[in-house]
Amino acid sequence: MKVAKHWRETPERYRLEAGKCKKCGHINFPNRLICPECGAREFETIRLSGKGKLETYTVIHTAPDGFADLAPYAVGIVELQEGVKILAQITDCNPADLKIGDPLVTKFRRINEEGKTGMIMYGYKFVPDNGL
Amino acid sequence: MREVAIIGIGMMKWGELWEKSLRDLAVEAALNCMADAGTDRIDSISIGCMSGGLFNGQEHLASMIPDYLGLKNTPAMRVESACASGGLAVRTAYMEIASGMADYALAIGVEKMTDVSGGEATYGLATAADQDYEAFNGINFPGLYALMAKAHMHRYGTTREQLADVAVKNHRNGNLNPNAQFPALMTREQVMSSVMVADPLRLMDCSPITDGAAALLLTTVEEAKRIGKHPLVVISGIGLATDTIALCQRKDILKCPAIEIAAQRAFKMAGKTIRDINFAEVHDCFTISEIMIMEALGIVEPGQGGPATSAGHTALDGKFPINTSGGLKSKGHPVGATGVAQIYEVVTQLRGTAGKRQLANAKVGLTQNMGGSGGSCVIHILEVKS
Repeated sequence: MKVAKHWRETPERYRLEAGKCKKCGHINFPNRLICPECGAREFETIRLSGKGKLETYTVIHTAPDGFADLAPYAVGIVELQEGVKILAQITDCNPADLKIGDPLVTKFRRINEEGKTGMIMYGYKFVPDNGL
Repeated sequence: MREVAIIGIGMMKWGELWEKSLRDLAVEAALNCMADAGTDRIDSISIGCMSGGLFNGQEHLASMIPDYLGLKNTPAMRVESACASGGLAVRTAYMEIASGMADYALAIGVEKMTDVSGGEATYGLATAADQDYEAFNGINFPGLYALMAKAHMHRYGTTREQLADVAVKNHRNGNLNPNAQFPALMTREQVMSSVMVADPLRLMDCSPITDGAAALLLTTVEEAKRIGKHPLVVISGIGLATDTIALCQRKDILKCPAIEIAAQRAFKMAGKTIRDINFAEVHDCFTISEIMIMEALGIVEPGQGGPATSAGHTALDGKFPINTSGGLKSKGHPVGATGVAQIYEVVTQLRGTAGKRQLANAKVGLTQNMGGSGGSCVIHILEVKS
């Protein structure tokens, strides 16, 4: 059971909460205790837009345990409008149609589950951003 | 600090070594090393092992290995930095000698990976990535390096053929190495038609799962000269550097600051530049890795790693031979052992005992060993002194 772990990570996974450094404005996702840019230790909690552009991607054919039923599936690094880069799966599209630079947006999705009777874990995945 | 020499090297043929345990591998490499050195004096032992816990359910190697080496009561420690654990063990042994804490320090790298299933081994390896923000989302190491490969192809026009040529070259070298796990020759077509793992990387772009160990015996240059059994090989530079654990948090995922900074530190310590280096063993965990490492070390300009490989510049008879041992790709990648075995190969070349793969001009060699997707990197520069 990793209940406390999932509870602890809920702000990032469910709400895309990040920490904006009160001194230099650098945004950390996930938040940290020390800003890697300026060393300051005070942050304002903000919510990321989830909107950004695809920097690079891959299509996973040999999946890690727990993801085999999804394969082949796309995973990419997306630079959000706020300048933060995050890694997530890309879904609701044909991976063959993806191109570097594509506009994408996060959606709340099921990620994985801990065995047959364990917790179901949710988080963010990217989908094509059609401006809707 | 005292100057440090390598007076003994040991390993064995790597592979799926069903009959050998974690402790057997470490002890066999150490015994081969002591036999090569012609001494069994050991004041200190450092052990590089990524994950005895996940691969074997066995931690506390700092007790087990000296015990089974017949050296109980000897000071020992296990060091870990994922796939860079081996290089870190050598650096630790170096510090023991340089500082005067020990006069004879044994560095062992070991990993026993086939006692768990392929899925469990892949999970163990994936713990070198950010568990909560990378692995959680369904990515593994082939996937992370595929992200770099795709970006490299997009920015620089690196081709699928150029990636394949890294594997072809390393198998050609490994074919001449009796210790290599997969010495078979490989064609470009075979690499490019192997099963897809993480687009654009295929199975033959990936280093294998391997059981193996390697060991080095370090002492002072003075002691090495006194013993005088082998040509004198010294460690003239070491650089260690770290970076973000998550690939996506790098400002530019095609730059590897840990490699660049570790290299700068090693070059500064040795008083050398990349132009003084004759050959290198680098961490080709995937074909794209070797290309990016060549660029980060300054062997070629950014974007030129692929073309230089296909032009043969990194082959045994090229301008700058890379991975004369066969690299991780052909020799195998028992993760904690790799950084030690890279130095084993460089010492072999510097001594002039590399047999059919011996380089004509091997005076100064470099090893580059890294953890994860570039979150840590350790570089050694070694020289043979006449």
